[in-house]
Amino acid sequence: MEVKVLGPGCAKCKKTEEVVKEALTESGLEADLEKVTDLLQIASYGVLGTPAVIIDGQVKSVGKVPSKEEVKAWLDTHNGR
Amino acid sequence: MKELYKLILIAALFAAAYVLPWDNELIRRSGLEAFLMLQEYARQHVLTCLVPAFFIAGAISVFVSQAAVLKYFGAQARKILSYSVASVSGAVLAVCSCTVLPLFAGIYSRGAGIGPATAFLYSGPAINVLAIVLTARILGWRLGLARALGAVLFAILTGLLMAFIFRRDDAGRAAGPIYLPDEAEKGRSLLQESLYLLVLVLILVFAAWARPAQGSTGLWPALFAIKWYLTGGLLLVLGLMLRAWFKREELSDWVQATWGFMKQILPLLAAGVLAAGFLLGRPGHPALIPESWIQAAVGGNSLGANLFAAVAGALMYFATLTEVPILQGLLGAGMGQGPALALLLAGPALSLPNMLVIGGIMGWRKTAAFSAIIVVLSTAAGLIYGRLGT
Repeated sequence: MEVKVLGPGCAKCKKTEEVVKEALTESGLEADLEKVTDLLQIASYGVLGTPAVIIDGQVKSVGKVPSKEEVKAWLDTHNGR
Repeated sequence: MKELYKLILIAALFAAAYVLPWDNELIRRSGLEAFLMLQEYARQHVLTCLVPAFFIAGAISVFVSQAAVLKYFGAQARKILSYSVASVSGAVLAVCSCTVLPLFAGIYSRGAGIGPATAFLYSGPAINVLAIVLTARILGWRLGLARALGAVLFAILTGLLMAFIFRRDDAGRAAGPIYLPDEAEKGRSLLQESLYLLVLVLILVFAAWARPAQGSTGLWPALFAIKWYLTGGLLLVLGLMLRAWFKREELSDWVQATWGFMKQILPLLAAGVLAAGFLLGRPGHPALIPESWIQAAVGGNSLGANLFAAVAGALMYFATLTEVPILQGLLGAGMGQGPALALLLAGPALSLPNMLVIGGIMGWRKTAAFSAIIVVLSTAAGLIYGRLGT
């Protein structure tokens, strides 16, 4: 499972990365977590707003910090459980 | 790179601490001016103007639906709408410059194209709600209004010019789906939201209602006499609205957003005020930089003065709101009104570090064109405004 957190470095983006990390640890699932900070790369995903979370190529959230529960729910869905 | 900047900063501070003749009369006076200016801001502007303005900024960032605005930036949206929305959306979408750049990158590469993208890039920092409010309050309503109008107009003009100059480039950009921020569910009608924002704005207006000149008559002094009653009444109305229309969670979000902005902006503003006080002094009190230098460089309303102000503004970095105390110092030291407007219009949107980042996104030629357009427009606006005053 590939998880990407997009954000150039503002406080909300860092917070999102933390939330995603915690959700991953707590759910015990295997995943590649990548933080994308380069602006052109972020733009290439087509998201109009940061922070953004993308799992396995699907955009899950744009423009806000998701809650841990939300992230866990997405991880579950993508893990096929 | 960041670590290198920190090293340079520490080295510079050490050098300054070591080398500057701190007990020289001029330096001592400048140091005092710095703190006197800080005190003036603390006493006169923070509670009645900045705090309500931060609450307004927080409310805008939490309650105005970003998605509703951003959908006008899609590639399919009608151009007129894209431009009009781009030019004012800065007020709504980005109170912080860290949100402007990712949005710009997105709009530029996937959305409506270079025109609306650059219009937004300019308007974001330029139509900052907090900045316009503080400008009107400290530098006078005329400059505040000129800044607001100039910013909107420039955003549209810049966008159109960029789209025209680079029209051949635009065709070859990637198209593709864009993902808008998620819309939160709200239990309020548009009318309720508008009234709520209106009450917030009116609270700011009346709390900050300035003392009228001695001996004047009419509406202004009459309202000044009752301003605290008006503010108090409006606060009551606000309390009722909050109780009736908003969920606890939303109020908490609002306060958190407001606090976030305060934490981010107030320290920088304080630093800016200290710097302005140290270098330029409060109006009527000279400090480190001799008034004659200021008058020579940017006094009056010549083409040279306006151009100098515009170019200096474009290159200098201004943290959010710091352009206001710096301009206050400059105006007090003899800067002309025209060059002041030129600096207000070119300063916040551009800076050398900013240009480097933008260059990475849209290339050097377009960045150079963008900067040049803004400098030229700002100079022109300054010339016209300066002439209007006389």
